[in-house]
Amino acid sequence: MFDFYPQLKQRFDALRTRAEFFSLRYVRESGQYLSVRKNVAEPPSFSHDQGAMLTVRLRGIEAYAATNDLSQAGLQAALDRAETQAQLIAGHALLNLSQEPVSHERADFFSPDLDQTFPSLSECFALLGAESAAVPKDERLVSWVVSLGLNHVEQIYLNSAGAELRRAQRFVYPGMSVTAYDGNDSQSRSLGRENFGQQGGADVISRCGLIGAAPQVADQALQLLLAPNAPVGKRDLLLMPDQMILQIHESIGHPLELDRILGDERNYAGTSFVKASDFGSLQYGSKLLNVTFDPTIPEELASYRFDDDGTPAYKEFLIREGLLLRPLGGALSQFRSGLEGVANSRASGWNRPPIDRMANLNIEPGDQSLEQMIGGIESGILMATNRSWSIDDARNKFQFGCEWGQLIENGELTGVVKNPNYRGISDQFWRNLSAVGDDSTYKVLGTPNCGKGEPNQVIRVGHASPACVFSQIDVFGGDA
Amino acid sequence: MSTPLSQSGQFEALVEWLGKAIRPPERFTLGYNGEASEFIRFNKGKVRQAGQVQQASLSLKLIHDGRHADVSLTLAGESNVDKLRLADALQQLRDTLPLLPADPYLLLNPQPWHSHAVQSQPLPDTARVLEEIRRASKGVDLVGFYASGPISYGYASSEGAFGWHQANSFNFDWSLFHSNGQAVKASYAGADWDSERFAQRMQLAREQLSFLDRPLHALEPGEYRAYLAPAALEEVMSMLCWGGFSAQALASKSSSLQKLYAGDTQLSPLVSFDEQVSQSLSPAFSGEGYPRQDLSLVRHGKAEQQLVSSRSAAEYGLEVNGAPEHEAPSALAMAAGTLAQADILKQLGTGLYISNLWYLNYSDQPAARLTGMTRFATFWVENGEIKAPVNTMRFDDSVYSLLGSQLEALTAERELLLSASTYGQRQTASNLLPGALVKKLTLTL
Repeated sequence: MFDFYPQLKQRFDALRTRAEFFSLRYVRESGQYLSVRKNVAEPPSFSHDQGAMLTVRLRGIEAYAATNDLSQAGLQAALDRAETQAQLIAGHALLNLSQEPVSHERADFFSPDLDQTFPSLSECFALLGAESAAVPKDERLVSWVVSLGLNHVEQIYLNSAGAELRRAQRFVYPGMSVTAYDGNDSQSRSLGRENFGQQGGADVISRCGLIGAAPQVADQALQLLLAPNAPVGKRDLLLMPDQMILQIHESIGHPLELDRILGDERNYAGTSFVKASDFGSLQYGSKLLNVTFDPTIPEELASYRFDDDGTPAYKEFLIREGLLLRPLGGALSQFRSGLEGVANSRASGWNRPPIDRMANLNIEPGDQSLEQMIGGIESGILMATNRSWSIDDARNKFQFGCEWGQLIENGELTGVVKNPNYRGISDQFWRNLSAVGDDSTYKVLGTPNCGKGEPNQVIRVGHASPACVFSQIDVFGGDA
Repeated sequence: MSTPLSQSGQFEALVEWLGKAIRPPERFTLGYNGEASEFIRFNKGKVRQAGQVQQASLSLKLIHDGRHADVSLTLAGESNVDKLRLADALQQLRDTLPLLPADPYLLLNPQPWHSHAVQSQPLPDTARVLEEIRRASKGVDLVGFYASGPISYGYASSEGAFGWHQANSFNFDWSLFHSNGQAVKASYAGADWDSERFAQRMQLAREQLSFLDRPLHALEPGEYRAYLAPAALEEVMSMLCWGGFSAQALASKSSSLQKLYAGDTQLSPLVSFDEQVSQSLSPAFSGEGYPRQDLSLVRHGKAEQQLVSSRSAAEYGLEVNGAPEHEAPSALAMAAGTLAQADILKQLGTGLYISNLWYLNYSDQPAARLTGMTRFATFWVENGEIKAPVNTMRFDDSVYSLLGSQLEALTAERELLLSASTYGQRQTASNLLPGALVKKLTLTL
């Protein structure tokens, strides 16, 4: 681990610049993706990536240069390019960061169970093959895939103020999907995939529930094929954790990103309906809503001790009892806005600069069991597993769709419905939060695919949530 | 920064090394991706963040005894280091293949084709670009992103195929914001920065911005006549390109155009789509090692060809047609119609003029039913005159309606829209699209 550290440190110490401050962020990532589709092992795909980003602050102006050349000459050339870039933009720069504090921290961080051996390639393929073979024979089951992604990431951050932050992590992404088709309509049911990933080892596969899941996933795809469309109208909506994470992500996470509020993302990812003046005063949701930035849950995808600018990460309430308290803003955004934020300055790799990102953004558990929540609904619908998401650029008007729907009538789960969709407006929706599930409904999930930024970046984010009930939401089904 | 020539030379040296290292009957394919990019983001008309990214990577496939596996590796740009990394990658694949079953869907191109395309138009001087952007955006709130530099792709195989594609380009993608929060979107992209053309684009955006000064016209959910400008139609097409024309998605019943390709339904006879690779910015070869072909995907509303990768060809008994592995178009061209640019507002009469759509997704994928938002300049038009900007609205409608029964006309002029995407690396995809006048667009929120 950190094999390259001694050489990197030596080369960093030998770098020369006129900048008053500079940093180096080295990232080495290796990946493995395995899949079995309809009982045929697809060719495995491996990846090895490494490079470094050099950032300078020259008379208060920051600029970066990322390079795949990690030699002494390559790093020096990148540092020189960053310096030239800073000079070039000096007369046009929005920000002078002369007074922004820099990190002096020194620490290491490791994923849980990082020293445990992960199952071999053959063992992984055997596991995927067994699960694929467990999909029942039914001519309506036209496609299925079982997959396993694995990533090791090492990051070393060094700066001219003496910071040395090292991080070694392992991420695991199990999943499966089954598609049923009746000659007219097709319906898919999945487990994991874009809705699940964790830090850890082989235990992540178990926690996902992949092993032994195939018959039930396939059966639910077939049930959906026979089901009527979800009804149209206002109903109480019970969202399971694998849809709650999308709801949190799109209508709490993105609107609270401070760089959006400061206008940086208006040309691409968008702006926010939240204003800087709303923190401390806006009642974002009902009193039941408690939202945290929590980097301390070991297996969650974005747990770490320091962000990519070297800011120490602590658990913070962003929303407490429905009241909006603080944004998702890293050190730079805090410096620009004067608001207190969190340690969420993150980059997707060595070739992209850190910006404000979600990390682990969670809803704290409440006090109701799933049975209690269902029992409290007279006319409602349960929805699970996100499959469609769309929201406006201010993160307000949304429409989300799920794979699985089940009606709730007079306190009991009844028939399955297909194409369950719902729509709403963020700044009203969370005020309709009427019940929050307890620990027994709480799941640690996440997605590897959050896109944002110019240049574009895809990053992994963690979300943990209980099941939740929202009262009187517009729901509807599909056309078929 | 490495010059394009040195990248080409670097790739050729690695191909030569690999050719010697391979032990027949082993076979290989080797892909190359490289860029040296300058990235500058703007906020409030000033530079918010700027930097450069230099990167290059290889994609190696090793084939032996009907088994194959892939590895991608970042290059360092130093010959000895890169050969060592390639040797390690080769060994990893050699260690892996015996653990795998033979792949029934392996299909390799045995042809030793050659392709070479280098466009080395000098890139614009960044200091000049910054100054022109500063001058042109004086007095307005500009937010945007400028990317420029060379992009390179290479391909080689043990069968003797060799392709190299390199092009210099820039892409400035920006928005102008009114103090009321409304905005217009514009872009200027290509290989040759022309100050006058850029100034014209900016002036056009400024003129559109002036319409946003008017009080918002509040719309209720309902059905409206609407004109979708090419950039708005591009968002619809990008959803259809996400598996819609893919042979594997069609075979596994996950394509949104399932019913079209099954012949159960049609689009309007006005609608024809081609994958027009020739004369596009995309390489003339796929990452799988097949020369790309121009394809007719939809002709007069009826489905024709699919995008077929080598794996789909082997699995479903189809002919490979040079499609990339993910089977999505990268140079989509939609046939023009007859509606003159000058007549758009007159023929729209009363309804919505939509410049851009945003964040589309499926409400019901087998029915090709989409939802999404209006974004940037969207106007309420009455009797052929722009009256007011409208609030952000959500639509929910089927492609079989928008580009089928409810399509009234397509514009005679088409717009070439170059991808501004930089996920992973800068992209070369493009869309050549007309605008679309539809009799009914359903707004829901």
